[in-house]
Amino acid sequence: MEAVFSNFDEYLKAFGVTLGLFVVSGLASLVLGTILAVFRVGPVAVMQKVAAVYVTIFRNTPLLMIFIFMAVAMPKLGYNFLWVEDLEVAGYNLSAFFVRSCIALTLYTSAFVCEAFRSGVNAVPLGQAEAARSVGLTFMQSMREVVLPQALRAVVPPLTSVQVALLKNTSVAAAFGMAEATATMRAFTNNDTDQRTGIFLAFAIGYIVLVEVVTLSSYVLERRWKVA
Amino acid sequence: MRFIRTKAVVAGLGLALSLAACGDAGSDGGETVDVDVAEDAAAEFEDGTRMKELAEAGTIKIGVKYDQPGIGFKGAADDMPVGFDPEMGKILAANLGIAAEDIEWVETISDNREPFLQEGEVDLVIASYSITDERRAIVGQAGPYYVTGQQLLVRSDSDIESLADVEGTEVCSVTGSTSLENIKAEGAQPRGFDTYSECVDQVLDGTVDAMTTDGAILLGYAAEQPDDLKVVVEPFSEERYGIGYSLDYPEMCEWINETVTASFEDGSWEEAFAVTLGEAGVEAPEQPELDPCPSA
Repeated sequence: MEAVFSNFDEYLKAFGVTLGLFVVSGLASLVLGTILAVFRVGPVAVMQKVAAVYVTIFRNTPLLMIFIFMAVAMPKLGYNFLWVEDLEVAGYNLSAFFVRSCIALTLYTSAFVCEAFRSGVNAVPLGQAEAARSVGLTFMQSMREVVLPQALRAVVPPLTSVQVALLKNTSVAAAFGMAEATATMRAFTNNDTDQRTGIFLAFAIGYIVLVEVVTLSSYVLERRWKVA
Repeated sequence: MRFIRTKAVVAGLGLALSLAACGDAGSDGGETVDVDVAEDAAAEFEDGTRMKELAEAGTIKIGVKYDQPGIGFKGAADDMPVGFDPEMGKILAANLGIAAEDIEWVETISDNREPFLQEGEVDLVIASYSITDERRAIVGQAGPYYVTGQQLLVRSDSDIESLADVEGTEVCSVTGSTSLENIKAEGAQPRGFDTYSECVDQVLDGTVDAMTTDGAILLGYAAEQPDDLKVVVEPFSEERYGIGYSLDYPEMCEWINETVTASFEDGSWEEAFAVTLGEAGVEAPEQPELDPCPSA
């Protein structure tokens, strides 16, 4: 572990990149996943189909393949997202590699978020939606005011699992140009081969700590939203 | 003197290759050297040594890379890897009386070379395996049999001409490699990929500005696409390729060094170089001086 402690700033920076990938694609997948879930339970047949096809494609494709498509195939087709490097966000220049990784992670995770949300919507008794419609709320109003708030409460545990999976899935980006935790671990083991076990433990602990933070905050939410 | 000899070897091989090409239209390049397989090699070695065990078994597992043209490369449809490292493997195996077709090739990547040696997954690792003190603490590394240095591979129209130009650019190599660490120290943004071929693709796409690793590997890729790619800057590191063996069998070091020295003397080392890296336009380097074996 000595190698890790003497380069602790690199260790932290690596988990910073991991966290960056997680937060950006986590939020994006929550938004996209919710929209897809609304499509799936909504009354418009075309939208139901579109969302169902999306879920079928991205839930059944290995994340690695989506990464290969985003990071290797897309640049060949002329979409390399290099233009994002000209944008400046709070003094930082985004890198095209970061954006491509986030897109791959978001596309994949959204399918799972969508299905988690759908299970929550199904958990809301049908009478709730019917009552909402009968007092004259539109579909969007009844979703926003009656169904989704109740559904959200039911989906905290499965949604947490999806986000924990996402946090660990960020390690796939190691093979596609991101110097996140897993890639940095490999750099460490290359430099200090004799400390392989210690380095591995240090990075495993880093992931465990991050996952525990996500899990504990979900417990807090669960308790707060508990039906009295 | 040696220069003349090298030229003669290259010329001779060129002739041999062009003749071979007549008979075998299907395969272009990838020719290998025929090494004399020692007969009754097992008797040469002392009882109880790993060399004797291997010679008696008649087979040896050698770890090489599959994605470095010129060094170690195996296409999806190929039976055997080709390159300088596999040639060295054949020379060593021949000394044990093991013919090329009896060698069991195992693909190793940078990450798993030490574990493979420690767990006995392979007997030798010859995989552009730079000698370092940290590695020598847990596995044996005999050699060096070849010395190269890190360079840059860029697109033909690239502005990068000197090492100072990489500052602020994106440079790719293999995830977790020393090359990537070195270029990071020069101020470049490191981009790690699983294989060199993916990295080359990124250079060709213009997604990254350059690829970096040992010059020999880069020249192999540049030779494949001379119109699109070029190698720039003088080598800025020294990579001494060693042959990895398990510390469980320290006696292998002397044997590897003796065999490599013999290959220096009888010309088979230069021949192996000429038909592999030499094809990519690399001049045969000085024969490196071998490190003495650690006293067991």
